[in-house]
Amino acid sequence: MSAAPQKAKAGAEKIEVIVKAVVPLNDLVTRFEFERRGGALFPPFSGGAHTVVEMQDGERTRLNPYSLMSDPSDRTTYAISVRRDDEGRGGSLFLHNHVKVGDVMTITFPVNLFSLDLRAKKHLFFAGGIGITPFMAMIEQLEHMNGNWELHYACRSESLGTYVDVLSYKYPNKVHVYYDDQKQAIALEDLLDGQPLGTNAYVCGPKGMIDWVHATASAAGWPDANVHSEEFLAPAPGEPFEVRLCQSDKTITVGEHESLLEAIERAGVEAPFLCRGGSCGQCETDVVSYDGDFVHRDHWLDDEEHASGKKIMPCVSRFVGKQLELDR
Amino acid sequence: MTIQFNDETFRDDYSFHNSDWAIKRFPFPFHEDSYMYAVNMEQHRGGPEGSVYEKRFDVDEHYVAEMRDRAMVLADDPLRCQSLPHMTLAGWDLLELIMVSKSEDYPDLFELHRDGDQWRWVNKPMGIDDSFTFMDETTLPYGPMEYITRQTQGDFCVLDQREDNLWMDAGIVTTQADWSLDFDIGMNFFEWHAPVPLAHEKGIFVRALKFLLNIQQGAPARRLNWTMTVNPLLDTSPENYHKWGIQKTTLTPENIGSKQHLRVELQTFFRLPRSNALVFPIRCYLCSFQDLMTMPKWGRRLHRVVRDLPVELATYKGFIDNRPMMLDYLSQFDDGLPTSPGVWPDFDTEPPLQK
Repeated sequence: MSAAPQKAKAGAEKIEVIVKAVVPLNDLVTRFEFERRGGALFPPFSGGAHTVVEMQDGERTRLNPYSLMSDPSDRTTYAISVRRDDEGRGGSLFLHNHVKVGDVMTITFPVNLFSLDLRAKKHLFFAGGIGITPFMAMIEQLEHMNGNWELHYACRSESLGTYVDVLSYKYPNKVHVYYDDQKQAIALEDLLDGQPLGTNAYVCGPKGMIDWVHATASAAGWPDANVHSEEFLAPAPGEPFEVRLCQSDKTITVGEHESLLEAIERAGVEAPFLCRGGSCGQCETDVVSYDGDFVHRDHWLDDEEHASGKKIMPCVSRFVGKQLELDR
Repeated sequence: MTIQFNDETFRDDYSFHNSDWAIKRFPFPFHEDSYMYAVNMEQHRGGPEGSVYEKRFDVDEHYVAEMRDRAMVLADDPLRCQSLPHMTLAGWDLLELIMVSKSEDYPDLFELHRDGDQWRWVNKPMGIDDSFTFMDETTLPYGPMEYITRQTQGDFCVLDQREDNLWMDAGIVTTQADWSLDFDIGMNFFEWHAPVPLAHEKGIFVRALKFLLNIQQGAPARRLNWTMTVNPLLDTSPENYHKWGIQKTTLTPENIGSKQHLRVELQTFFRLPRSNALVFPIRCYLCSFQDLMTMPKWGRRLHRVVRDLPVELATYKGFIDNRPMMLDYLSQFDDGLPTSPGVWPDFDTEPPLQK
């Protein structure tokens, strides 16, 4: 025992995998199935967990989180379903355009920031678009435990209704699908009103949908602790800016299309992280001094901390101004 | 190596004893000549060969006797083992973690044979050979957590994780340093730590909770904690304080070397995969003062730590009244020489006692 506090680690433990299937599901979404290299079984996981996929895109290492959407009890396969984002930073495009069966990749052990509350008498799921993925695993987990669940799933159109067919076939009485282009909408107020005591609600989808469910539930008197959400943010582009890292004695420039965390890593400085999407809190970094404005985008720090100028989450947040110095 | 299991007791005649091997590998908790709280976490991924840190769940010469003592405590007081209804899945997680770890780490003592959901578990030291269906409670004589922890040294707290907090929603607690599962069941991390002095002011618990919430699958952690116990009692519970509290007054200058024990907890933390709960095993190791004094470095250091410990901590740890007598005894083993850094006894390199 060193009996010394241990430095936060950069990322979760890693697993080497082989791509065993690439299955296009519709115009935008493709499923990638992995088996463990060497034939061993994967660790079990809990519904709602994600893995961070490492992608070697030329000179650049991309690290993107994706929800595990395979059956958690199937330890031979991990699967993710990825929506192609033509306007995004390129992680999803890399997967869609370059990853093929037989490729060796590195992913992390599962990390769950969106787990089921196992005390719940009923689990009420709200999915929007690709936000369906964590619920695929949660549903399988609950089915094995005879759990009580119900899914309300909003999609843009029938042709983009990822997994609508399989879900409706297997669970016709529990799955409710709403198509935007047919002007169908979730009757949220009525739904939230009619639930038995002890119901927990979960939402995964676009930010507007998440905010809508939280606000509507809150107005209907639901305890905040019974409403769960997950939204991974992709780092947004912005003007390049310069940062001084005082522990490592380095000055770096954060490029337009990279995150502050990525720029720190590119400079060879090890920084802790887990989700890389503004949710887990692991990369929280102290600000030593600054002259300018922060562009905070994370879900971790509260409003007061955002206003304080003392902390930043480098995975998704940026800075505009003359000078920034971080304790890293 | 094959372990010789002691035939010994932790009550009545207190025949508990440590072999030379057990003394040498005792997890002495002080890495320097003074002590103050720290989060002091490190990864739990092995350690020096033969040390208590080497295996995921250490098995030592006290195993069989400790399990016998646990069964007696549970027979007297079934509330020492509780699991709220939503924690059964975490119980299966724990059963799997321990069975897989022990059968891999001690293949001569434990065997696990798995064919899909049909499992067979062989525990040779305890003479157990059970077949059951994984995830089917009706095929085991107890719930999964109770079943496996009746066969594993140390207390176990199984903590549910929600609302950015940890909740004491299941556990088996029979070897504790004066706290009660029955009292703490259902409490969150800050509630059950409320009685600890000084650490709150130092922000220790806020930082510790942040660390624990982020412990991930495949990356367990550990730390040590310690206190003092008169007589080698495993069950120093509030429920039985009327039985053991009085024993603190039986200490005399003549018997202190054999009666006074340093009690060390090896605390480990594992993320449980299916439930996303966190299990917190608390393994208790006892060593008498006279056995500790066989390591000159530990003799010097223990005297200095006990002497300089803040009053609040000596009070909280329950030995403030006996501290003067302890210091009279321990000072005989402190010749004022410097000590090497770190917790290891360094028996071969540290000078023998110079007085």
